[in-house]
Amino acid sequence: MTDLGPLIPRNRAAHPAAYDPDYKTSVTRSPNLPLLSMESTLTEETGPRFGHGLLGALDNNLILNWTKGAAPAIGERILMHGRVMDELGRPVPHTLVEIWQANAGGRYRHVKDGYLAPLDPNFGGCGRTITDESGYYQFLTIRPGAYPWPNRANDWRPMHIHLSVFGHSFGQRLITQLYFEGDPLIDHCPIAATVKSRSQLDRLVAPLDMAHARPLDFLAYRFDVVLRGRRQTMFENKLEGM
Amino acid sequence: MVQKLDMLVETASQTGGPYVHIGCIPTFAGLEGIYPEDLGKRAIEDGAQGEVITITGAVYDGMGWALRDAMCESWQADAKGRFPGQEGADPKVNGFARFAADGESGEFTLRTVKPGRVAMRGGGFQAPHIALWIVARGINTGLQTRIYFEDEDNSGDPLLARIEQRQRAETLIAKKTGDGLYRFDIRLQGEGETVFLDM
Ligand SMILES: [Fe+3]
Repeated sequence: MTDLGPLIPRNRAAHPAAYDPDYKTSVTRSPNLPLLSMESTLTEETGPRFGHGLLGALDNNLILNWTKGAAPAIGERILMHGRVMDELGRPVPHTLVEIWQANAGGRYRHVKDGYLAPLDPNFGGCGRTITDESGYYQFLTIRPGAYPWPNRANDWRPMHIHLSVFGHSFGQRLITQLYFEGDPLIDHCPIAATVKSRSQLDRLVAPLDMAHARPLDFLAYRFDVVLRGRRQTMFENKLEGM
Repeated sequence: MVQKLDMLVETASQTGGPYVHIGCIPTFAGLEGIYPEDLGKRAIEDGAQGEVITITGAVYDGMGWALRDAMCESWQADAKGRFPGQEGADPKVNGFARFAADGESGEFTLRTVKPGRVAMRGGGFQAPHIALWIVARGINTGLQTRIYFEDEDNSGDPLLARIEQRQRAETLIAKKTGDGLYRFDIRLQGEGETVFLDM
C-alpha cells in the first residue's frame, strides 16, 4: 500500500463548536476539555470500502425505494446531486454517500417522531449510493418539509437532508446537512447557526440547478462536499530522528 | 498580494440528529427491508483469526444520563495489526461496524476480534486499539476516540503517552469483565470525561 501521507489536520474553525447553548442538547453533550491533537496514523488513514455489490438498484431513489417501485412518494420531486472532493480539489471516487430525511410534510418514519404531519405510506426516508470515478453522486427524492422541534419555544428546522460521507479514510468521516436555496427558516435555525462562518453555512445551502432539472418531472439541487485531504510530500517516509 | 493557494475548505459538520439511525442503520430504526442489508452489521465474519471479544458500554452525558440515541462506528485492524485493504489482511475481518445505544437502556455492544498492534509510519508500534466515532443529537461534530485494552501492553503507545494527566489515559482503556468480555464507557462531559481526539 502506498503511503499517501498523513491527513491534513482538521481546521476546527470550519466546524461548529461542540458547545452551543442555542442548541440546547449540545449543552450536556459537549466535551469541556480540549481534544487531543495528534498527527493521523494508519488507523485514521485507512477506512472501510463499500462495493456496488452491497447496494440495491433503488437505493438512491427515495421516491421509489420504500415501495420497491410500486408507488411513488408524495411531494416535490427533486434530483439532489453533486461531487465529493478533498481539500486539494481532487475527486473522491467510489465512496459511500448516505442520506436521510423527513417526508414532504416534515415527518420522519421513526417511533420517536410524533409530529402532526402524517406518514407517507410510500416514503421511507433513506438512500445511499457510491460516487463514480469523478466523485459524482446523485439521488432522486422529494423535497422534505420543514418541521417544529423542541428547543426554544418555537423552533423549526428548515427543509433539510441529512448526509453522511466516508471518504477513503476513517479520519475523513463527516455528517452534515443540506439546506435549500431561498428557505427563510435557515436564518432562524439554531442548528444551522452552530456554523459560525457565514461562508461555511452558505456552502450547506444547495442552489436550485435548472440545468439538471428534467422538464415535466423533477427539479434539481446541487450539493458538493469537501472532505479532508492528505499531505503527501517526498519527505513523508523518513524515519524518526533522521 | 501573494500567490493564491488552491485549497478548498472542508464542508462544515452538522449534528446527525435524533434520527441518524434511519440513514445509517435503517433496520434498527424500523425500516427493515428498504436495503438488501444494513452496512456495518458485523465487524467480523465467522472464522476470523484471533480472540473474539465482546465490548459493552454506554455513552453518558454531563449529567450522567446514558444516551438513548447515540450511534457509534468502529474501525480496527485484524489480529495481526493489518487493516482491511492492506496486503495479507484477514478477509474475515471487516474492520468496520456500526452499533447503536439501546433505545431503553442506552447500552451498546460490539462483537469483534481483538486487534493486533499497528505499525507506525516513523517506526514503532501502536498498542492494540479500536477507533470509535460517536454521533448523536446534540453532538455537532462526530467525536473521535479509541478503545485500548487493560490486559495489553500499552506502555509504548504514542497516543496514550501524549496524555499528560495519566488518569485521563484510563478513559481510553476497556476493562476486562470476563473471558473475552470488556466494558468501555464513554463520558461526554465532566467527571471522568473521555479523551476525544483530533487526528
Ligand atoms: Fe432532521
